[in-house]
Amino acid sequence: MGHKGNANTKANANASNGSTTAPNTTAPSASASGSHAHLTPPAKLTGAEIIWATLVGEGVDTVFGYPGGTILPAYDALRKFPVRHILVRHEQGAAHMADGYSRASGKVGVAIATSGPGSTNLVTGIATAMLDSIPIVCITANVSSKLLGTDAFQEVDITGITLPVTKHNFLVNRAEDIAPTLRHAFQIARSGRPGPVLVDITKDAEQATAEFDFEAAKPRPYRPHPMLHVDDSGLAQAAELIRNSKRPVILAGHGVMESGAMEQVRTLAERAQIPVGLTLLGLGGFPASHPLCLGMMGMHGESWVNHAIQEADLLIACGMRFDDRVTGKLAEYALKAKKIHIEVDPAEINKNVKVDVALVGDLREVLEQLLPRISGRDGSAWLKTIEASKGAVAVRDIKNLPDSGHLYAAHVIHDLWRMTGGNAIVVTDVGQHQMWEAQYFRHEQPRTLITSGGLGTMGFALPAAIGAKVACPEKEVWVVVGDGGFQMTAAELATIVQEKIKINIAIINNGYLGMVRQWQEFFYERNYEATPLVSPDFVKLADAHGIPGRAVRKRSEVEEAVKKARSATGAYLLNFMVEKEDSVYPMIPAGSALHEMIRRPEKDPLEERADDK
Amino acid sequence: MLHTFVAYVEDRPGVLTRVASLFRRLNININSLTVGRSERPGLSRLTLVCEASAEAGHRIRASLFKLENVVDVDDIAQAPSVTRELALIKVAASPRNRAQIFDLAEVFRARIVDLTSESLIIEMTGVESKIEGLIEILREDDGRILEICRSGKMTMRRGHHVSSVVKAMGVGEAAVEEDVSADEGAANEVQ
Repeated sequence: MGHKGNANTKANANASNGSTTAPNTTAPSASASGSHAHLTPPAKLTGAEIIWATLVGEGVDTVFGYPGGTILPAYDALRKFPVRHILVRHEQGAAHMADGYSRASGKVGVAIATSGPGSTNLVTGIATAMLDSIPIVCITANVSSKLLGTDAFQEVDITGITLPVTKHNFLVNRAEDIAPTLRHAFQIARSGRPGPVLVDITKDAEQATAEFDFEAAKPRPYRPHPMLHVDDSGLAQAAELIRNSKRPVILAGHGVMESGAMEQVRTLAERAQIPVGLTLLGLGGFPASHPLCLGMMGMHGESWVNHAIQEADLLIACGMRFDDRVTGKLAEYALKAKKIHIEVDPAEINKNVKVDVALVGDLREVLEQLLPRISGRDGSAWLKTIEASKGAVAVRDIKNLPDSGHLYAAHVIHDLWRMTGGNAIVVTDVGQHQMWEAQYFRHEQPRTLITSGGLGTMGFALPAAIGAKVACPEKEVWVVVGDGGFQMTAAELATIVQEKIKINIAIINNGYLGMVRQWQEFFYERNYEATPLVSPDFVKLADAHGIPGRAVRKRSEVEEAVKKARSATGAYLLNFMVEKEDSVYPMIPAGSALHEMIRRPEKDPLEERADDK
Repeated sequence: MLHTFVAYVEDRPGVLTRVASLFRRLNININSLTVGRSERPGLSRLTLVCEASAEAGHRIRASLFKLENVVDVDDIAQAPSVTRELALIKVAASPRNRAQIFDLAEVFRARIVDLTSESLIIEMTGVESKIEGLIEILREDDGRILEICRSGKMTMRRGHHVSSVVKAMGVGEAAVEEDVSADEGAANEVQ
């Protein structure tokens, strides 16, 4: 098991350790022979060693995983390679960490699990990455190839199981196929519309030996989707629509970040004076403080954005997919507007919303082509109309409201934003706190909000934050999580301690599965079935792990508590005991049109629930 | 409407599952699917027929292309093409009524490929409607049809057609042969 490895590998691995930041280092091809790769024949390595050598070659310096029977040869070989392994407490955590790592850094995250339950535990994390187009590579081991299909111990058909939730997956049963397959997996994960790739490697392939040549294992050149299509007439049409529009809105999504088109979107908006609405995953792609920024649209979006979309005569959708949470009822969505859709995935064109001009290609490249055709334009009348529609809503500034003795999640998030100067990476879970974060934490920079959008995976925040902190150790990382979601993956507190990871955890604790309770309140006659939630004392739970923390019950305590957490050398947990029955406003009920919002009751914008009791 | 897709896919385990899984995901029933070797080593060619809205064609083709093992996809739609289906039909027939079926086969230009004292097998190639026609007539006699085995539709565009597979694979065009229309008279083509 891995003992056939060349003794030189360790020394070489250490030598190349200093340069692991260079993604295309050819060092691993020399993993048995120092830096003169071209002078020596390709090395003979075990499949297990080839896994690590290939990962190092792909620029990987950290993986998240959990060992087990069939993956043991790989773990045995790990010591020879300059790769940091973070031991998780549950494989779902490994997939989320790889995901958070990728979202924070833009690099491909790697998760490792053993066969059977190890690999099935990854599935939720893989699906999360799939729905949000996050490039991760999951490596699972499987039983020896001659046992495949026999229901051997801890055997499961993980390529079959993950087929619909991966961009692609592979089953490898020969050592010589490991390097080419892994390299291909990285290419698939990061190219086009990114996504998760799973590589399942049989134990005998790990144990066999094969020649390793990193360069020779290079995948065939990337073939872009054949239906990408951006032509002169499309660009001209788009420019024409923009020129003639009176009430245009840019809808910026996650694709802005994925293609690195922040500058281009900003140029388009500024030059043509077009306001920008953002999707949840698009937050940070356009600075929140920019005068043209309207904020988040959709189900819990700002009322003025949704009204602007319904009133618009042109929508310019940039790297977004008209998700149902963004459009509301399709039959009544933006009926007055022509639509331009700039998108890298041809399968998204006309899927939910029929568009007039489709520019199918990488957002940044398309905008680079479009911008020369865009000239200055006076948008002041439309901008004024939108500004006016903000009216009383925008004046509602929670920090100016008198302290009523109640603690609201909005206060906490607002203070968090104020005290971190908006510079932290915030990783949220799913539910009310996620929407409050999106509303009250103003993101100026891309990759500062990490959240599970498409799949809406509770339990995402804590592990994803670990991944984000590992990717960006210099950044301040905050977990914003509900009391429900936190308990789904709270076991990773131990991972934080073992790996000495400095993250701050803010639990927005309202004693309910809050978003479900809100739906019950609005749509199920307040039948709070299965939503009241008894939780452990989170501060004591943290303490049991050796993580300091404190509970916060009053608004006046928030600032000091946040200060304390930020100045702590290690991880710190804050348990914010917030108003129990507060709701997220505005809200578009599922299946309703974008303008049919439920608004926060006006008389006392923050305390309508408190009055009821 | 009925969509017909012709796709070139890598000839390796699991590829068919991926194609089928895509249609399952889209909640589209596959009416027929034929797969076999193509003119290129390592590539299978499949013809897939399914019922879906007219607008769905674009998305299905785009989604098929997103599958890593799919090399080329052609949405035949209304393009002029040659379509064939093969059917084997086992019919109960005694020496007394055989002649009648022989005549029928003659009319439909079908062949008898197996003959026993109680049954015979008719082999027939043609467009779907022709095969349906034969089956319908055979059904007029209760209990006569014992088994039907149909290949599903196979489709090829008419005329010279340089497949984009060639481009996709970066192979020289020289290797591509001109499509030769099916031997039994493209002139008779209805669909």
